[in-house]
Amino acid sequence: MTPRPRLAVWKLASCDGCQLSLLDLEDEILTLAGEVELAYFLEASSDAREGPYDLSIVEGSITTAADAERIRRVRAASRRLVTIGACATAGGIQALRNFADVEDFMSVVYASPEYVSTLATSTPVSEHVKVDYELHGCPIDRRQLLEVISAFLNERRPAIPSHSVCMECKRRGNVCVMVAHGTACLGPVTHAGCGALCPSYDRGCYGCFGPMEDPQPDSLSRWMGAHGAGELDLVRAYRTYNAGAPAFREESIAHER
Amino acid sequence: MSAAVTFELDVLDDLLAALSERGHTLIGPTVRQGAVVYGEIGSAADLPRGVTDEQEPGRYRLGADGGAALFAHNVGPSSWKSHLFPPSLRLWSSRRDGQGELRVEEEPLDERRLAFIGVRACDLQAILVQDRTFLDGAHRDRDYEARRRGCFIVAVNCERSASTCFCVSMGTGPRAEAGFDVALTEIVDAGGHRFLAEPGSERGADLLGALSTRPADGADERAAEAATERAAAGQDRALDTDGIKELLYANLEHPRWDEVADRCLSCGNCTQVCPTCFCTTVDDVTDLTGSEAEHVRRWDSCFSLEHSYIHGGSVRASVRSRYRQWMTHKLATWIDQFGTSGCVGCGRCITWCPVGIDITEEAAAIRATDLREGLEHADA
Ligand code: SF4
Ligand code: SF4
Ligand code: SF4
Ligand code: SF4
Repeated sequence: MTPRPRLAVWKLASCDGCQLSLLDLEDEILTLAGEVELAYFLEASSDAREGPYDLSIVEGSITTAADAERIRRVRAASRRLVTIGACATAGGIQALRNFADVEDFMSVVYASPEYVSTLATSTPVSEHVKVDYELHGCPIDRRQLLEVISAFLNERRPAIPSHSVCMECKRRGNVCVMVAHGTACLGPVTHAGCGALCPSYDRGCYGCFGPMEDPQPDSLSRWMGAHGAGELDLVRAYRTYNAGAPAFREESIAHER
Repeated sequence: MSAAVTFELDVLDDLLAALSERGHTLIGPTVRQGAVVYGEIGSAADLPRGVTDEQEPGRYRLGADGGAALFAHNVGPSSWKSHLFPPSLRLWSSRRDGQGELRVEEEPLDERRLAFIGVRACDLQAILVQDRTFLDGAHRDRDYEARRRGCFIVAVNCERSASTCFCVSMGTGPRAEAGFDVALTEIVDAGGHRFLAEPGSERGADLLGALSTRPADGADERAAEAATERAAAGQDRALDTDGIKELLYANLEHPRWDEVADRCLSCGNCTQVCPTCFCTTVDDVTDLTGSEAEHVRRWDSCFSLEHSYIHGGSVRASVRSRYRQWMTHKLATWIDQFGTSGCVGCGRCITWCPVGIDITEEAAAIRATDLREGLEHADA
């Protein structure tokens, strides 16, 4: 029998929610454990084995010099490296610091900021090492994670579309909340993947999956602005989990002044 | 074919019951999430009584000024194509057995027989347009064919137009002319709440024959005619189709495409709501062990980058080229491809565009500044 591919799951600055979706794959986790060797996955087992690894799944952003160094070692030990979630692919909610002075934050939040060692920015893994595939979402969709792993195991391209949320919203048969209810929705500029979860419950899309393949947020902002959204609303709309993704970052900055 | 008959409101339920008895699943307009959508209905009680819709570019709101009428609305975000050409459909699956033998199974056909209740003239034409795509020529779509064959169509003539409707200029409405089994006109006046019904096929005549009806009298016919005339007269949006193909072919480098690209989100909503758009892509997915695979077709759009992706990248990389592809296909290349316009004037793409882009306005803007005229002037 050929040896099973070795899988490692890494965590940087993040909330653990994305790697938790791996454990949430209740129906498939045993099959997965049969198909791969879970060589490094601290959330599931303290049996941490040495590399090299065939597939490394990375959650979290780079916020410390130590993590910037660690991700280089992970990359060197991994044949394929896939980042998962808004933190790893765009810097996460903690990338809000990129718009402010991190020293100011620390002095307000911590009694003894001198013990905190952190970088001035939160950045995606792709700014530090080569990434083979990025899976978006805050949190990621566990079905999509399964699809990425299945694709890796079967040496094929993951079937993960990068068009707008609107496309899956319409396929699902939802009534558009922007058009029919006047609710602000980031769906037209947001990467598909959630199955248009929020619009299915009459809420506007919050942009958890980050920018879609060719986003046009300036036009969407003009429309929302003409229909009641103020500049601050627009800044806040783009400045959430994917605040650091270039298209959202630029759009939020454009409405700041 | 027999002539028009009239029946009272309560007979509508008999009509629906008769269709159910003949084995049809009823799909009709019903209110959900603040819009009139097409879904499964049981009886006339599920129809949107008194509901109207107020539509503008990028805006849709329900109203309640339809009185007792069941069909006082126009078309909403859903179209019948979802039922003939589902948004997502597994085409085949395969499995490798213990001996490594590969078995491929074609997806069984949907054997349900549907009845569409309340198909408007524009949508009737849209179904005929999609028939050409899926049924004409060498490559017939077996799934579409099975669904379409079993489908019974009850058309309803419009008695009002939404502000986004432009069927009159496209020659498709507001009166259903062909392609239905039964066409109804709802009449609510001093003479009562009733329907004028015209058979459009033998099974339509057969269905009407089984109901309690009377021959339509002059008053019914005049009222029905006045209703559709009202709808036509109330329509102020129009698309000038005169030489539209040549117009668009001659203006592929028109600056208006840049202007619309500045507003277009490339979100794809227009293509998903359009009752004639037919583009799909297929996903091949496997399970973890690689012993099972599925080939799944889903709606795609010319607004996605993947749609024009070939080795090395997407052919239509800019929003300008994608919007231009969409509009010129609808209004021009469709004519070369299928011998008909790809637009039936239903107005859905206008209402459901999140930023209110209006195909009639875009076409008019190009016509107003036709580049050929510039050349003629230059020649003179
Ligand atoms: S509700 Fe949002 S995601 Fe859905 S179609 Fe409308 S704008 Fe797009
Ligand atoms: S476009 Fe014409 S046929 Fe279609 S809903 Fe409007 S009025 Fe009726
Ligand atoms: S292009 Fe627009 S108006 Fe024409 S048929 Fe499609 S959705 Fe209706
Ligand atoms: S025309 Fe409107 S609905 Fe169509 S892709 Fe552009 S923004 Fe989206």
